[in-house]
Amino acid sequence: MSFRLPTFGHLIDRDSPVSFTFNGKSVQGFKGDTLASALMAADHRMVGRSFKYHRPRGIVASGGEEPNALMNMGEGARFEPNQRATTTEVFNGLTARSQNHWPSLAFDIGALNNKLARFLPAGFYYKTFMKPAWAWKHVFEPIIRRSAGLGQVPTERDADCYEYFYAYTDILITGGGVAGLEAALEAGRSGAKVLLLEQSPHFGGRLMVDDVEVDGRAGPAHIAHLLTEIGKLPNVSLRPRTQGAGVFDHGYALGYERLNDHAPSTTPRHRLWRIRAKRIITATGALERTLNFAGNDIPGVMLASAVRDYVRLYGTAPGARTVVVTNNDDAYRTALTLHAVGLEVPAIIDARPQGGGALAEQARALGVRIETGHAVAKVNGKIHVKSVEICLQSGAGGAVETIACDCVAMSGGFSPVVHLWSHCGGKLNWDAANAMFSPDPSRPPTDQNGEGFVITAGSAFGALTTEACLQSATAAARQAADEVGHSLPEEAAAREVRTISENPMAPIWSMPDKAPYKLRAKTWLDFQNDVKVSDVQLAAREGFESVEHTKRYTTLGMATDQGKLSNINGLAVLAGALDAEIPNVGTTTFRPPYTPISLGAIAGEAAGPLFKPTRKTTIDGWHESHGAIFEPVADWRRAYAYLQAGETTQDAITREILATRGSVGLFDASTLGKIIVKGPDAGKFLDLVYTNMMSTLKPGKCRYGLMCNENGFLMDDGVVARLDEDTFLCHTTTGGSDRIHAHMEEWLQTEWWELKVFTANLTEQFTQIVVAGPNARKVLEALGGMDVSREALPFMTFTEGKLGGIQARIFRISFSGELSYEIAVPASQGLLMWNLLLQAGADHGISPYGTEALHVMRGEKGFVVVGDESDGTVTPHDLGMSWAVSKKKEDFIGKRGMQRSFLTAEGRKQLVGLRTLSDTEKLPESAHAVEDGKAIGHVTSTYFSPTLGHPIAMALIVGGRARMGEVLAFPVAGTVHKARVVDPVFYDKEGAQQDV
Amino acid sequence: MSDLMSFSEIDGSGAVLVAAQRRVMMVTLKAELSKATRAAIKKALGTPVPAARKIANGIAWMAPDELLIMVPQGDTPEAMIARLTAELKAPMLAVDVSDARAVFTLKGNKAREVLAKGAPVDLAPEAFTLGDFRRTRLGQVAVAFWLEADDEITLVCFASLKQFMFEWLVNAAQKGSMPEFL
Repeated sequence: MSFRLPTFGHLIDRDSPVSFTFNGKSVQGFKGDTLASALMAADHRMVGRSFKYHRPRGIVASGGEEPNALMNMGEGARFEPNQRATTTEVFNGLTARSQNHWPSLAFDIGALNNKLARFLPAGFYYKTFMKPAWAWKHVFEPIIRRSAGLGQVPTERDADCYEYFYAYTDILITGGGVAGLEAALEAGRSGAKVLLLEQSPHFGGRLMVDDVEVDGRAGPAHIAHLLTEIGKLPNVSLRPRTQGAGVFDHGYALGYERLNDHAPSTTPRHRLWRIRAKRIITATGALERTLNFAGNDIPGVMLASAVRDYVRLYGTAPGARTVVVTNNDDAYRTALTLHAVGLEVPAIIDARPQGGGALAEQARALGVRIETGHAVAKVNGKIHVKSVEICLQSGAGGAVETIACDCVAMSGGFSPVVHLWSHCGGKLNWDAANAMFSPDPSRPPTDQNGEGFVITAGSAFGALTTEACLQSATAAARQAADEVGHSLPEEAAAREVRTISENPMAPIWSMPDKAPYKLRAKTWLDFQNDVKVSDVQLAAREGFESVEHTKRYTTLGMATDQGKLSNINGLAVLAGALDAEIPNVGTTTFRPPYTPISLGAIAGEAAGPLFKPTRKTTIDGWHESHGAIFEPVADWRRAYAYLQAGETTQDAITREILATRGSVGLFDASTLGKIIVKGPDAGKFLDLVYTNMMSTLKPGKCRYGLMCNENGFLMDDGVVARLDEDTFLCHTTTGGSDRIHAHMEEWLQTEWWELKVFTANLTEQFTQIVVAGPNARKVLEALGGMDVSREALPFMTFTEGKLGGIQARIFRISFSGELSYEIAVPASQGLLMWNLLLQAGADHGISPYGTEALHVMRGEKGFVVVGDESDGTVTPHDLGMSWAVSKKKEDFIGKRGMQRSFLTAEGRKQLVGLRTLSDTEKLPESAHAVEDGKAIGHVTSTYFSPTLGHPIAMALIVGGRARMGEVLAFPVAGTVHKARVVDPVFYDKEGAQQDV
Repeated sequence: MSDLMSFSEIDGSGAVLVAAQRRVMMVTLKAELSKATRAAIKKALGTPVPAARKIANGIAWMAPDELLIMVPQGDTPEAMIARLTAELKAPMLAVDVSDARAVFTLKGNKAREVLAKGAPVDLAPEAFTLGDFRRTRLGQVAVAFWLEADDEITLVCFASLKQFMFEWLVNAAQKGSMPEFL
């Protein structure tokens, strides 16, 4: 049993009880508890079932490396799966549910898999379920999906909010243990700006647990001293509950701050720190490894360091009788700690023949039984530990004795947390003496100057004693300070640490040495993914020699913990099976983040109304209050149609078109790009940018132009107006305004920098309103102030003046095919002009129309829309617009591209019109034309034309222009639509309507 | 800080006062900023051209060939453009962009932290000081900003994003959400 102790527990406040639920049952804990410590104190030792075999699993660790205690946390809009109980602080009202079991944690049907383990070896899903093929989709996969997997997927929108924060610092330190704090103090004294991140709510790391004395102070007192000293330095910031989650190029690092996971609130839950640091010191500590013996996954088998964390930090006993099993001296600290609080330690099983050093002597002096050269042969117990069978380490596991216990504290040695060092390319050395990979300071990750920008300190550096930790921390701080230009005065005297002599650890990768298959098949390497020693050995036999392949074949080191506990053991087993040295097998790649971070933190504030910027015209509010439904076009929202009472969208579109063609319509065209191009070389520049000639345009005149990319494909179109000799105004598509401006600037700045041309994007300076329809002129004349007659303002010209008292530029251009004026006024006058035009047009029944009416009307006229009729693979020639591609110009962007054989070959898709054989049948969007079983093109635009009373469509069809009159088939979902190839211009081909 | 009447919208609910200004007159000038051109600009405007990434006397450095010029009270964009056109001999482009921009004021000692939630800029008091000018982004929106005083920031973005930007700023200024780092 596990229970709360009357002593210790300096992280918990016994005067502040906290109540929460686990699997629906109420549990009491204390403020300062983690969910794991509170569950343990309440004797909840089994906290989940394993991934594949559904074996009972308990808490193994006390930090972010925990593989088993993953919870479905919260409910409804605050539900989140796979949360580690060991890093979750309890609060009143917390709800947690264990994962991966059905129907209940105690009785689980999936546990049958455990009995079938022989038939579910590594890679079993690659080997079985191969035939029959249909069975995978309909039988095997659904069953596997139900029985495997961890937490559930949230079903509701996240109720919490998140944010980013951009921070700049000279030195970033990750980890707030003694090494990190020592480095922060030392670096801080140099005057450099220092930011230290600590993932837990507390500072101090191992010094808060282990009996260490620094400068005559006990561990916790020394940490308090360091915090006081650091507190005096205004240039040092400490952030608890913030994990250094990743290191990237150019000294960029991610911090993951959990602001109120422990106290839900309406303020941001997580903050993602996006940090630029000149130097990064990783003081991320080390993780203890498990030992490989049979039954090492049974609840109650824990890391030795975690056992004493629970006792010391949370006043919680993981068990009443604990057997310690180890290959190093550190685990003796656990035995001593347990003994000190009166808990039984029936034996310390030390695999090393020579046993431990001074700590072992202490234990022996206290009367604790120590068995050197011994091993755990197997652990007995189903849902928790009942006893261990011990045997000689050298041998095949003939048990010599069974020792009753309810907890096993294991230590397989330590692995420095090298993740952050390695994220950006820091290299590792194999330290054979300690059987661990540690950072190689001579091969750090390098920055934009080719200099190393990450330095490690403390046990993350491979320093396994407090003394060595402090030395490396001081050295790291001095190096970092020096490299950021804040050198320190001469070195202060090293701190005095009470040293304890320790015997070397022994690399033990199998317990016992020659464990037979029966034992290896119950010896877990990766608890989270249910990977056993026998699985890795099988993978090696089957030829998966690369560690990366073995990882994927066996799933070793995958999922939420990414093998924090299992990787080195797995590598060692693989190396053993391959008869290779561990460093030659190598590690898998360390990738950020260190532990999973929330998707909310990655999204930051960009959710709900702030998900994406929405650009609005000055008339947007009017549209909204007049029944407009909107459509997104690039970042803009545009009025799609204006619905009147009782109207369907189609009714509104039809009404708007008939009103415009019959009398006059009003359209908000403000979103069209408006780029000013000015300078003595402006004409020359535009000749290069557009496919047609612009330099010959006369001031006061307009010309429609096309732009292609270097490949000769259409990228934008619009009307160009020459404002004066030096100045052009280029209209672009709505989506093109920013992109085309950037395109122009790129060519000006990188290729044609000798041209004397300047550009400015004035899209938003002007509100642009279209007045179109046979009565358009009368509306403008009613407003008065400018001569807009056919003689004074002919088609494809513009004029400037005061219209209705407002400074305006009026273009005679038409996208609807009607008599049409586009009126540009300063945006601050836009809404006023819109209202004046509505008033002036009232007598003619002026009707605002939306983008869909616009599209239908241009479709009737056979005008193309970039992005509908073109898709990035279409040339002007394909669209029948060769007239807009100059043959005279020496060069323009896309000229060479268009000359390539592929673009001049026969059989390219060409733009045609389509007329369905039935007048009631509209072609579906994007329908493909099929001929002799081959797709020969697709519909690009399809509408019902109220003007003509029948559907119309445009399409890109192979050899289309030679097919006039042919009937094509468009099979869609069982129906074959038939349409005749016709001219794409359905309405007023000669253009009489627009030129009146 | 400007007169309250110069704001179209104000939100004081957060850790920082967020206010949207009414129309602010400004002119974009593009020209090669040679020595002669700088002298001509000084003659036309009465003040010198600021150094790179600086703002002084209402003239902001936008790019090696671009300035954003605030039009002072009593002057007009048209008149300013006319003066620039008269003085500058080299090719140039001067246009009124008053209606193309939205301008915001952030007031309060946490204004820097509000911006640091969205702008990849070192906003520490020692790194970003009076006279500094940054063209960057705030969240997903292109912006430029500078200090009016140590606790007051002016921010400019495109006019079509005025409403979005206001909501973004009010959200970022939410009480109880200041990182307390700067």
